[in-house]
Amino acid sequence: MKRTGVFVCHCGINIAGTVDVKKVAEELAKHPGVVHSEDYVYMCSDPGQNLIEQAIKEKKLDSIVVACCSPNLHETTFRNAANRAGINSFRCEIANIREQCSWVHKDKPRATRKATKIAHSAVEKVRQNESLEPLSVPVTRRALVVGGGISGIQAALDLANSGFEVILVERSPSIGGHMIQLSETFPTLDCSQCILTPKMVEVSKHPKIKLMTYSEVQDVTGYVGNFKVKILKKPTYVDPAKCTLCDECTKVCPIVVPNEFDLGLTGRRAIYIPFPQAIPASYTLDDKNCPDISTTIACGKCADVCKPKAIDYDQKPEVIEEEVGAIIVATGFDLYEKENMAEYGFGKYPDVLDGLQFERLLSASGPTMGKILRPSDHKEPKEVVFIQCSGSRDPENHCAYCSKICCMYTAKHAMLYKHHVHDGQAYVFYIDIRSGGKGYEEFVQRTVEEDGVVYLRGKVSKIFEDKGKIVVWGMDTLTGKAIEIDADMVVLAQAMRPSKGAQELAKKFKLAMDKDGFLAEAHPKLRPVESVTSGMFLAGAAQAPKDIPEAVAQASGAAAKAVVILSQERLFHAPTVARVTNNLCTGCGMCVAVCPYDALSLKDGKAEVNEVLCEGCGTCTATCLRSAIQVKNLTQHQVAEMIEACLGG
Amino acid sequence: MAEEFEPRIVAFLCKWCSSAGSDLAGVSRMEYPPNVVPIQVMCSGSVSPLYIFSAFNKGADGVLVSGCHPGDCHYIKGNYYARRRLNLVKQLLEYIGLEPERFQMSWISAAEGTKYTQVIKDFVKELKPLGPQSKLRRTP
Repeated sequence: MKRTGVFVCHCGINIAGTVDVKKVAEELAKHPGVVHSEDYVYMCSDPGQNLIEQAIKEKKLDSIVVACCSPNLHETTFRNAANRAGINSFRCEIANIREQCSWVHKDKPRATRKATKIAHSAVEKVRQNESLEPLSVPVTRRALVVGGGISGIQAALDLANSGFEVILVERSPSIGGHMIQLSETFPTLDCSQCILTPKMVEVSKHPKIKLMTYSEVQDVTGYVGNFKVKILKKPTYVDPAKCTLCDECTKVCPIVVPNEFDLGLTGRRAIYIPFPQAIPASYTLDDKNCPDISTTIACGKCADVCKPKAIDYDQKPEVIEEEVGAIIVATGFDLYEKENMAEYGFGKYPDVLDGLQFERLLSASGPTMGKILRPSDHKEPKEVVFIQCSGSRDPENHCAYCSKICCMYTAKHAMLYKHHVHDGQAYVFYIDIRSGGKGYEEFVQRTVEEDGVVYLRGKVSKIFEDKGKIVVWGMDTLTGKAIEIDADMVVLAQAMRPSKGAQELAKKFKLAMDKDGFLAEAHPKLRPVESVTSGMFLAGAAQAPKDIPEAVAQASGAAAKAVVILSQERLFHAPTVARVTNNLCTGCGMCVAVCPYDALSLKDGKAEVNEVLCEGCGTCTATCLRSAIQVKNLTQHQVAEMIEACLGG
Repeated sequence: MAEEFEPRIVAFLCKWCSSAGSDLAGVSRMEYPPNVVPIQVMCSGSVSPLYIFSAFNKGADGVLVSGCHPGDCHYIKGNYYARRRLNLVKQLLEYIGLEPERFQMSWISAAEGTKYTQVIKDFVKELKPLGPQSKLRRTP
């Protein structure tokens, strides 16, 4: 025989004002199995809790129901009290008779009847509740960071400096991401390489960081605290330990392909170093472009001239398995594909560039050594048109969202152009100027007032080439006049898109994506660095367009969240998870198919629950045709009794 | 004059959105009729067709299932399963002759105390003219 106690709270007059609490307590006392029932003015107060503890001990109660406010407020309070009196916390249930009853009704007799039903339903539930202990699993105290841009670098350094081992995986041959391609950064005009390369070196030298470049995550299994990842390490055919960066190999390599680092403005050889400060400092033989390596008869020129014998054509792809407790995804962005901007002649006219290409022209280590020259004829452009929102804020044709950083970098581009070409003229077409941020508005003002950049509010309708000039047709909506500019160069502030391959990666990691393909955070306000998957965190432009300071802040936030997991010896998990009754299970696998967490699998023809992955949602319960799978402490039996109680009387 | 018919309604509310929305209605002191007795479930996806039949069998005049808005499920996609499954239940109930108004589904977020209040008010109003449900009710 169960021995349940019921405790009805007045909550001052909050409950007692519309619910006859004494009557509720009396009615509940009549139910079989309820051996104690009383009311008190404030159950959550110290005397109230003492009263509960005392009753549990004196009446030898094995379960209790507290009829009071929402479980969100005091479930923990009363479960702790139950625990102190010697019964398992899961044998305490809350009947919400305030938010869902006394506060929303005025008719006292009817509210009292409803409160009685709610409390009765809780009694029926608690009678069948099992005593449970939180599930605990040990934590693998290492982290994986995916993406070696500024966000990944920051997150990896923060984690490593907190004392945890980090594996930093980057798919290209060097870390640095897009930030290392930039010339100077707004609004302070710090040289991007000057502020980033020290961090890159720190990553490569850090004893806690295992850097894996030219590598991709192939597979992720497991759960928070215990992930298993498979990382594909592609062959670079060059041993970084032996490579002395003498550059002899590139001089003899006969293959020239567009250089990704300069966005096609220059070429590179099939064996190359992406940029002189690359980390790791070594060459990569790109086997997609070296025509012979797949047939194992490489032309051999690079190996012939390599004095330290660093080149090894026999390197093979390797799959490395690692175990980690937390994962930070910082896969960054790519610019909106130029093929999409046909109206702006992008890809058709060599002097129509995107923002990153212009960054390369501005860069002292870029293809023109920091001189602004037209790619077509290497002449200095005297009239340059910058077009903002190229692909952004255009729901009909392109991306609906604002890419956030373009107003600022366009202002920077126009300013730096004027610093390089004093007699030149810069025009900026804009829809709005969004310069929220510390020192940002002042920076834009400076561009207009000190550097004489002409801002034209309106969109550009067409760009075409005429007699060596790029003619820009636009509209100045403030004066209502049509504008025609015979420009020498046009720079498009292309929209930011999630980096290529982000979608496949999201699938591998079981991360959610928003409608634009950026990785979705767990809550837009309160959990901005957590993903929907427990133990995986987001940083940088992979989550939404953002500038460097925001990316760094989010990366540090993600690292701090990861530390919360890694700093624990064991992780605890709610034990109200699914359980299979083996003799009812037919092994049909329907529950396996619907589980949102991949917590179910078939083993020996029966469904099996991975208790650590299971979140207890119960979708499997509703799917099972034979009621063979139930969530502990909210079984179909319990719900049936609760329904009966809700309708009774 | 006979006492006005007061329908008895069971509401299955998901813990994360609809139950929290119902709490918000309380905190905001909104008023709605006391005909509904809520049962908190973890997810609308866990609401088995059995629960709905069982409620009607035990004498419910109406059953409400409410979860997070599509796309907002705390458990990623439980409410999508609920939507598909319960639409079938609704069709089945209609097929066996139950008035379609007696079973309702609604997506109520934790911020929608007003919506919860309105859903309950409308539900009670729609059920009153139908009178007691006897089609699926077990004979005492």
